[in-house]
Amino acid sequence: MSHAASVHSLWTMSAAAPQKIPAPHIEYAQLSPTLIVLGAAVLGILVEAFLPRRVRYHAQLLLSCIALAAAFAAVVALAAGGYATGKAHAAAMGAVAVDGPALFLQGTILLVSLVAVFTFAERRLDPAAHGRPVDSFAAQGAAVPGGKAEQAAVKAGFTTTEVFPLVLFAVGGMLVFPAADDLLTLFVALEVFSLPLYVLCALARRKRLLSQESAVKYFLLGAFSSAFLLFGVALLYGYAGTVTYSGIADVVNGSVRMLDPALAATTGNDALLLIGGALVLMGLLFKVGAVPFHMWTPDVYQGAPTPVTGFMAAATKVAGFGALLRLLYVVLPGLRWDWRPVMWGVAIITMLVGAIVAVTQTDVKRLLAYSSIAHAGFILAGVIATTPDGVSSVLFYLGAYSFVTLGAFSVVTLVRDAGGEATHLSKWAGLGRRSPLVAATFAVFLLAFAGIPLTSGFAGKFAVFKAAAQGGAGALVVVGVVSSAIAAFFYIRVIVLMFFSEPKAEGPTVAVPSPLTSTAIAIGVAVTLVLGVAPQYFLDLAGQAGVFVR
Amino acid sequence: MENLIGLLVVAPLLGAAVLLCGGRRLDRGGPWIGTLFAAASLAIAAVLFAGLLGRDADDRTLDATAFSWVPVGGFRADVGFHLDQLSMTFVLLITGVGTLIHLYSVGYMAHDERRRRFFGYLNLFLAAMLLLVVADNYLLLYVGWEGVGLASYLLIGFWQHKPSAATAAKKAFIVNRVGDMGLSIAIMLMFTTFGTFAFGPVLERATEAGEGKLTAVGLMLLLAACGKSAQVPLQSWLGDAMEGPTPVSALIHAATMVTAGVYLITRSGAIFNAAPDAQTAVVTVGAVTLLFGAIVGCAKDDIKKALAGSTMSQIGYMILAAGLGPIGYVFAIMHLVTHGFFKAGLFLGAGSVMHGMNDEVDMRRYGGLRKYMPVTFVTFGLGYLAIIGFPGLSGFFSKDKIIEAAFAKGGTEGWILGGAALLGAAITAYYMTRVMLLTFFGEKRWQPDERGELPHPHESPRTMTIPMIVLAVGSVFAGGLFSINDVFLKWLEPVTGHAEGHSPVSALTVTAATMVVLVIGVAIAWAQYGRRPVPVTAPRGSLLTRAARRDLLQDDFNHVVLVRGGEHLTRSLVYVDHSLVDGVVNGTAASVGGLSGRMRKLQNGYARSYAVSMFGGAAVLIAATLLMRAV
Repeated sequence: MSHAASVHSLWTMSAAAPQKIPAPHIEYAQLSPTLIVLGAAVLGILVEAFLPRRVRYHAQLLLSCIALAAAFAAVVALAAGGYATGKAHAAAMGAVAVDGPALFLQGTILLVSLVAVFTFAERRLDPAAHGRPVDSFAAQGAAVPGGKAEQAAVKAGFTTTEVFPLVLFAVGGMLVFPAADDLLTLFVALEVFSLPLYVLCALARRKRLLSQESAVKYFLLGAFSSAFLLFGVALLYGYAGTVTYSGIADVVNGSVRMLDPALAATTGNDALLLIGGALVLMGLLFKVGAVPFHMWTPDVYQGAPTPVTGFMAAATKVAGFGALLRLLYVVLPGLRWDWRPVMWGVAIITMLVGAIVAVTQTDVKRLLAYSSIAHAGFILAGVIATTPDGVSSVLFYLGAYSFVTLGAFSVVTLVRDAGGEATHLSKWAGLGRRSPLVAATFAVFLLAFAGIPLTSGFAGKFAVFKAAAQGGAGALVVVGVVSSAIAAFFYIRVIVLMFFSEPKAEGPTVAVPSPLTSTAIAIGVAVTLVLGVAPQYFLDLAGQAGVFVR
Repeated sequence: MENLIGLLVVAPLLGAAVLLCGGRRLDRGGPWIGTLFAAASLAIAAVLFAGLLGRDADDRTLDATAFSWVPVGGFRADVGFHLDQLSMTFVLLITGVGTLIHLYSVGYMAHDERRRRFFGYLNLFLAAMLLLVVADNYLLLYVGWEGVGLASYLLIGFWQHKPSAATAAKKAFIVNRVGDMGLSIAIMLMFTTFGTFAFGPVLERATEAGEGKLTAVGLMLLLAACGKSAQVPLQSWLGDAMEGPTPVSALIHAATMVTAGVYLITRSGAIFNAAPDAQTAVVTVGAVTLLFGAIVGCAKDDIKKALAGSTMSQIGYMILAAGLGPIGYVFAIMHLVTHGFFKAGLFLGAGSVMHGMNDEVDMRRYGGLRKYMPVTFVTFGLGYLAIIGFPGLSGFFSKDKIIEAAFAKGGTEGWILGGAALLGAAITAYYMTRVMLLTFFGEKRWQPDERGELPHPHESPRTMTIPMIVLAVGSVFAGGLFSINDVFLKWLEPVTGHAEGHSPVSALTVTAATMVVLVIGVAIAWAQYGRRPVPVTAPRGSLLTRAARRDLLQDDFNHVVLVRGGEHLTRSLVYVDHSLVDGVVNGTAASVGGLSGRMRKLQNGYARSYAVSMFGGAAVLIAATLLMRAV
């Protein structure tokens, strides 16, 4: 009896025969990255509850960093122990895969999150309020913006140190998301990382109404898409009689005829399979911000506190694409001829819409949001390749892109005027004259976004386009290159604006950050350049990690 | 032993690096440092030569691979060297003449402020030229080929404050680009045909390729040779190149670089042997150029330009011989070596004369210099006798062989080529006698220079006369030494192969005919310039004379056909670029911008609209998936 059947019985038969519940077998060591992060999140809640306010910031920062670093070490240990290759298997009764792509993506997510936590902890950018340093987050999330409660909270020097456990919870969900090996685990992971993100989006210290608006929009649309996804899960269960990936794949292949006699009427009904598959796909495409499910992206990216935006843009995308890859490569490879044309369409309009609409954007954060949509399209081109090279190129692209994104948003936090961050592009004019280092750093990230050689963006784009072309998607590559050309326009325009325009008299100032943000930006630049100059080692690494366990 | 080949190239390269990067500190010692590095490569060449001589005739090749240069997939380019009798001959000529001319330049450039740089460039030239001849593949040869082009450009334009020198340098560079294009296309063709461009495999397997392809490769190689060796139709740069300092003219534009084309054709002999049409093109170019250069040389009053015409003509002989195939390769190279001696000697003599005459170059303002510059007179005179083919001197042996080989080509072709070569010999005798008479004999026609001073001709310093003497010795004896027992033929034969042709006329007849035309040429020159006083300003002259003074209208032709045509082409391209290309580009940009403006309106900020878009998207996604299954 396979794991599939036993898990299935856990969910469906328990009421009928309670005495037959088998004790689940959990491989704690193999799940340790997730467990460490979630455990630390719980500890973080206890810190909030029991430690005095003045030590919470340091305690939370330390706890988060240690947890993320330890989880990363666990990932490395697992990979070194052969779980990425020979010993890859589905752990926890087939609910969570421990294999190459999962470990690679988990490692990426953990590193990105660690760097993101640095930017969360930044407390030197805003002037101190009432003698206490403040970070990017609201003094008290529950206080009405502009109300008395808020004033009191600011005066009392409150800070929302809950963001650290929230991030850890989100990271915990993201770690499971690309490793989920059955549809229910996928859904639970989705909710586990989405809910903390909704809350984080609402917590901006400045422009709080915009922040709360973005959080509500994100929540509404996220819930909407979750409903689609869950409905898709139900339909797929109806089709296959199981929710495990391998079980569904077996039924799609026709190697297994029937898993559950109770579902004899619907099992093998292709309409259920196609509709269910499309709905699950849609739920994932929403998370990665593909057109036409992208519309939340600009509003949320703009409204959320910038460190949260950077974290979301980087880590969510990694997790989302990881889950998408696993779904398409493990569950639906038998349906390749059905989903590939559809995904072609999605990739094409995603690349084009992202690139074209970005051309007329005037806000840096919105610009980067549309840029992230275009990049989602580029990554989709690699996903569609359905070759081992396709997987490894997407893994590489995700690793490269997440650090560029995080670095770019970190730079955005530095450019400030009296109202907080000066995100309107007109205020960036002539920044290169006044703050050459900051402008040059941002230029490096923009060049990487544009895919200029010697940056990681070029290596990544080259890898996905090559995989797509070899996978028979030549037309997609053409569209990709055209979109890249359009996208290059607005990236370079920002560089021109920074370096070749006269600075404005009352322009923004560049805040001097603490070592935390500086480190985050420096890591971003270093990764961008290293992956750009010598990408082969990391491409090989991604190539070794490119096989999904079934 | 093999490792020394690389060192041969590295020594002058190091010299160039030291001199060009060394800064002002080396200004004083620079000339001697440069000469030292040149002498070092000469010493290495001597050691290598001794090593080769110590081996059997069939075993006189050395191969060495320094490092792998560009390994990409199936594409392999190594920095590897191949030294055989052919390249050894060149190496000795280059390092020998090169060292002598370095020495000469120490005196000649003694008063030039930028002489350190001059010697740096000279060393750079030596390194590139040596690389050209010891490379074991065409790509590396191309590196040397471009390197000598660069050095030539830098040295022609060395006196860049003179606009004429700067223009001449640019002209040389641009005309050479045309030839270089030919070489690069030839290399690409080789790579597509043979999958490699190393000499060994390409030349061994040459016959495997179709004749059409070989003809194409051969013609492209010929184009390259025309550029570098100033052959018609790419000859126009050589006359202007005389703007460079005279040692440069002697080394680069007489003895070595301009013979690179002959090397290229001889080295690629296997290709030309299998492509008769390409060979016909080669002999045609050679025959036309040998007459073209000779005619130009007759009309020039500038001593260096007269010698430049002569160079062009003599290389025409070599190209002609190389185009004859195995019956001519050895004699092409033999003439190349003897020419290296006497032409370098003649140029150095001309430089010595200019040195004594306040840099005057117009031969009509010389006259009667033999008493004032005896060493120059004697060495120049020996070079003169050698080039016209006076019996017993170098040119006699080498040129005579080429004329014989031309007749031996057989058939009508043989008669035409042989006739052209004979006619060329007559004209050579004429113009060289003219140079000799105008410069060293007759009345003094010295004119005051722009400062109003009459020149005070004097013999040049020892550093200048010694190289002239050495080269004169070579001019006298080299040809004879090479011909004893056919020693040169036997030395080169393993590389180039050799075949006796079937001459319709006996060797003796050819020699006799050559002597007759020689006497006729000298006699006419004597009648025109020896017996009568020479006017200081040139007479108007016949139509042919005037055309020849203008290099047979080469620049006018280039200007009308190429420059005007190019300008028209550029103008129309610019028009197309502005109206069509820019129109499309700007139109695309504008439409993307417009589209962007319209599409961003969809992003209206209402969550309900977003939800509708998602719902619609999901519906389309499902419909499309189902549709895919349906069709």
